[in-house]
Amino acid sequence: MEHIRMPKVENVWLVDRSSSRRTQVGTLYLTATHTIFVGKGSEDRNELWVLHSLVCNVVKHKASQSGYPLLIHCKNFQVIQFIFPQESDCHDVYISLSRLSRPEKYEELYCFSFNPNVGKAEREHSWDFLDLKAEYSQMGLPNKLWHVSPINREYRVCDTYPADLFVPKSVTLPVIVGSSKFRSRGRFPTLSYYCKENHATICRSSQPLSGFSARCLEDEQMLQAIMKSNPESRFMYVVDTRPKLNAMANRAAGKGYENEDNYCNIKFQFIGIENIHVMRNSQQKLIEVSALRSPSMGEFLTGLENSDWLRHIKSIMEAGLFISKAVAEEGVSVLVHCSDGWDRTAQVCSVASVLLDPYYRTLKGLMVLFEKDWVSFGHRFSHRCGHLIGEAKEVSPVIDQFLECIWQLMEQFPCAFEYNEKFLISIHNHIYSCHYGNFICNSQKERKDLCIKEKTHSIWPHLWENKLDFMNPLFKPDQSQNQGLLRPSTAPYCFKYWRRLYNRFDRELHPRQSELDSLMTVKEETQQLEEELALYEQKMAVLDKEHAKTLYMQKGVLDSKQALWSLPLDTSLANTPQDYISGFIGGAPNVFTLQQGERESAEVCLYGDKTKSSDADNSDQESGVADFSSHSSGEESLPSEESVKDPDSDETGPNRA
Amino acid sequence: MEFAELIKTPRVDGVVLHRPFMPTVEGTLCLTGHHLILSSRQDNTEELWLLHANIDSIEKRFVGSLGTIIVKCKDLRVIQLDIPGMEECLNIASSIEALSTLDSVSLMYPFFYRPLFEVIEDGWQLFVPEEAFKDLESMTDEWRLSEVNKDFSVCPSYPSLLTVPKDIDDESLCKAASFRHGGRFPVLSYYHKKNGMVMMRAAQPLTGTNGRRCKEDEKLINATLCAGKRGYIIDTRTIAVAQQAKARGGGFEQEANYPQWRRIHKAIERSNVLQEGLIKLVEACNDQSHSMDRWLSKLEASNWQSNVKEILTTACLAAQCIDREGASVLVHGTEGTDSTLQVTSLAQIILDPACRTIRGFEALIEREWLQAGHPFQQRCAQSAYSNGKPRSEAPVFLLFLDCVWQILRQFPCSFQFNENFLIMLFEHAYASQFGTFLGNSVAERLKLLLSQKTVSLWSWVNRPQELERFLNPLYEPNNLVIWPSVAPQSLLLWEGVFLRWNRSTKCLDEAYQEMVHIIEYNKELQNKVNSLRRQLAQLETEDGPLQTP
Repeated sequence: MEHIRMPKVENVWLVDRSSSRRTQVGTLYLTATHTIFVGKGSEDRNELWVLHSLVCNVVKHKASQSGYPLLIHCKNFQVIQFIFPQESDCHDVYISLSRLSRPEKYEELYCFSFNPNVGKAEREHSWDFLDLKAEYSQMGLPNKLWHVSPINREYRVCDTYPADLFVPKSVTLPVIVGSSKFRSRGRFPTLSYYCKENHATICRSSQPLSGFSARCLEDEQMLQAIMKSNPESRFMYVVDTRPKLNAMANRAAGKGYENEDNYCNIKFQFIGIENIHVMRNSQQKLIEVSALRSPSMGEFLTGLENSDWLRHIKSIMEAGLFISKAVAEEGVSVLVHCSDGWDRTAQVCSVASVLLDPYYRTLKGLMVLFEKDWVSFGHRFSHRCGHLIGEAKEVSPVIDQFLECIWQLMEQFPCAFEYNEKFLISIHNHIYSCHYGNFICNSQKERKDLCIKEKTHSIWPHLWENKLDFMNPLFKPDQSQNQGLLRPSTAPYCFKYWRRLYNRFDRELHPRQSELDSLMTVKEETQQLEEELALYEQKMAVLDKEHAKTLYMQKGVLDSKQALWSLPLDTSLANTPQDYISGFIGGAPNVFTLQQGERESAEVCLYGDKTKSSDADNSDQESGVADFSSHSSGEESLPSEESVKDPDSDETGPNRA
Repeated sequence: MEFAELIKTPRVDGVVLHRPFMPTVEGTLCLTGHHLILSSRQDNTEELWLLHANIDSIEKRFVGSLGTIIVKCKDLRVIQLDIPGMEECLNIASSIEALSTLDSVSLMYPFFYRPLFEVIEDGWQLFVPEEAFKDLESMTDEWRLSEVNKDFSVCPSYPSLLTVPKDIDDESLCKAASFRHGGRFPVLSYYHKKNGMVMMRAAQPLTGTNGRRCKEDEKLINATLCAGKRGYIIDTRTIAVAQQAKARGGGFEQEANYPQWRRIHKAIERSNVLQEGLIKLVEACNDQSHSMDRWLSKLEASNWQSNVKEILTTACLAAQCIDREGASVLVHGTEGTDSTLQVTSLAQIILDPACRTIRGFEALIEREWLQAGHPFQQRCAQSAYSNGKPRSEAPVFLLFLDCVWQILRQFPCSFQFNENFLIMLFEHAYASQFGTFLGNSVAERLKLLLSQKTVSLWSWVNRPQELERFLNPLYEPNNLVIWPSVAPQSLLLWEGVFLRWNRSTKCLDEAYQEMVHIIEYNKELQNKVNSLRRQLAQLETEDGPLQTP
């Protein structure tokens, strides 16, 4: 590959940022698709694989005595620190990675070279795993009021919409065309969700080009038709998810929002969700807070508040709740839009769908929701996730916020979701990894032009195969309250910091034993027991008949002495104390901080013999003085016999059983 | 009976009760000496039985002749009573106020409560120092049980029996006691079986400004060190606070006089600051404004989570010194009755698997809190809604329980008890029908004749019927030391206590029930499979001879 200046560097340090004890030396390889670190020594080879497409940015840090540090920030919130002995190596890797992580063409993305050992037929089949047509028919469409319009088959009316769109049957083609001309980027009102029980719908569009006074008869007819397709209702809501001020400012540019006087029987409502730029900055601040090394509680909470992140999540949730209540409780249809109708609109429509319909709380249902409301409706994945080098201003964590809304709901309704947190995190990872073709490009048309289905694989069958990992053991689909609308509380204290996502790779921060994993193990064992029981009962029946002439005992699935599930405890972690002196266990290793002079570090280490110190930390810990009086600053490193054998993986599964 | 004088209006009809997340109930309000009772006299409606002792404060409001009393409870619940008639309302309010602030301990409900269950195992006899010492004796012969405090004259807040180094005689103990705040000389708190290291606790030394020293005190704590070994003194105060204490006669151990000890200062807040924090936190949780910004900054301003973090960190440090450094530890703050006990008891939960069982945890509370002289009566006199001038109330014990809950969250399979057990202890520490948490010390409890006149909380809790609610279905004994994370990202707000009355718990309760169900079903299957397997094996052996030719 022309971009790789240096395919291999030896004697590179991989720094575990949470504990100096686990810093290891090894060889770094750069391939066309991955950065690979292979730890030296010990029989269980430690490998770290990082996809270039997951790399968010690469930063060189000031040189220290131990070498030249390079920090890699990933889009899945992993932060990796290498230290190179040679400046030139560090620079070469830096230049190579900077280029490799910023592909210029789609063809450079990993999904185009990813080639698992499956045949062509199987790959094509993977794209048939989800069938939106079947999904709409599951929803009850088409019916006598709604049908698929062929108008966008060639993407001529709207190139960011899918080919197949549901519109009211009563609407004529000229009305659709007229309405689309009156909407930003031609994104005319079309159906997103249909409620079989009461015929109310959620429709979506972009903002109208109303300016200060413009109106469009066809657009008005369009809304009228949507309202009338819900025969029971006498009005419909039009929800503009932007803050009122933003919407008003848009009027000056010839855009804007619906004038209630021009449209019959609409109730217009603003819901102030901020734009992509505000969200990007907010998440940036949140990431900084999550990555703080040894923050005080005050720093953390203040940082969390100043990021405004949870306030934004709350506003999205409230919007989703408003819409789902309108549909389920009032039986009123809702048209949702923002500016272009592919960010906030997608968020709000899909949150409302999750609240409304238990189907979207199942594994398959959530996949469908992603395909329907996000992929097919032209959420600009490439721009928002920064798949290709381009406008940094187009990047925004819109999809992260949707995933987080679901997570917040899971916290309030532990039995309502078939999937668990790992499923959300796995989807998050794959949205950014470009490992599969689903989340490439900005629209269906672009994907078609690029032949995504012919050249890449689909993520969904892959996740489905691993569904055992993603099941929520507490899921109770039959529970009455899980049937209809979920009514989450939106009190501020119900919105929590999502540690498992933002500190995903900081193993020390997560519970050492996982309730989820334990319950999953128990459920699995229960299933085996059920099988075994059936087998024995069958045998007993046979024995009764034949008076047990011959019997070949089959070995049981489980040893009878094993009374319970295996202890799901990560022994090594449970048995490793952390950095309790500077507060946070995740202090960067002493030696580097000291030499980088990032903070004035007092010599804080417990006196006594230090086990196995590595060559890197050689200067700072011979002191026999423990100065614990300074609890505010400084790092320390307590010797621990466990440290050496602690396995390090790039993926933090929660504790293994 | 003297309560009658305080009850101006014993009953009012047509009172409407509003409780969060429950339907309103209309009924008759009755006041008795110890309870506020609201009964609708209908089937299927829950009655309200509220201990006066549980009432933290009340507010009155009037709209016309309809009076409203807002009752704020020590368990943080807020209920509202609409009472027709101004006079009735005023009478009820003043009666509640009087009855909920009785000064005399012997008028408290535990002295009047008669259990409706048979006491099989008397909780008062369950955790006696002699028994604990027997366990210690089986591990080491370095310690003895001293009776120096048998009439509580050496240290009024200590129990009569204390575990001290074998080689230190009672006379030295008296001298060391005179050198420690409140006479709380260093005593054994915990013996770490794995390596023989110990944790001791005391109060601050009375060095004063001129650096007084006490040879007996030095000898006493040095006696706990192995030859050539050093130990740590964990002072729960910052160095600045410890310095200031000198001016009032207190102080800390000077390096020169304690050369074998390294002193570590931590920053656990004083109890009056903790009380302010609790008030602010509960205010934030009850804030109805629903603005995200205000919630997080108020949570931060309460400093509650910071206190949790600091206490846990200190406890982890103590545990680390003992288990990892192989060093003995002495913990103290100022009086040695608050932050000291938080640290020593939490360190034991981290180190000693026995403390993570129900019995072990009860024993820990007896040893490290009740017998160690935490002034429960004073500290729990008021809770988060106290509006008067704070005296000596402080949520020291609640913070300890919060820290235990944090560890429980991080090690959900390592504790025999569940969150409900901790919440129950919180409730009973503040208001109870049982005598366990009355009084401030062993001496006071003896004087009150609690063990004769009241029922112990443990007598009730340990009944199998009650215990069931408190068992953690995920429990699997884990003999390891458990090291919790103390990072802010890892510490959560204890919603089970602080948001308990502010949200519906229906979904969470159902999730818990489902978890119990999953595990019980598994056990049931396990039993079935095992018994079938045995039957089959038996049949096989019976039929065995037939097979051989």
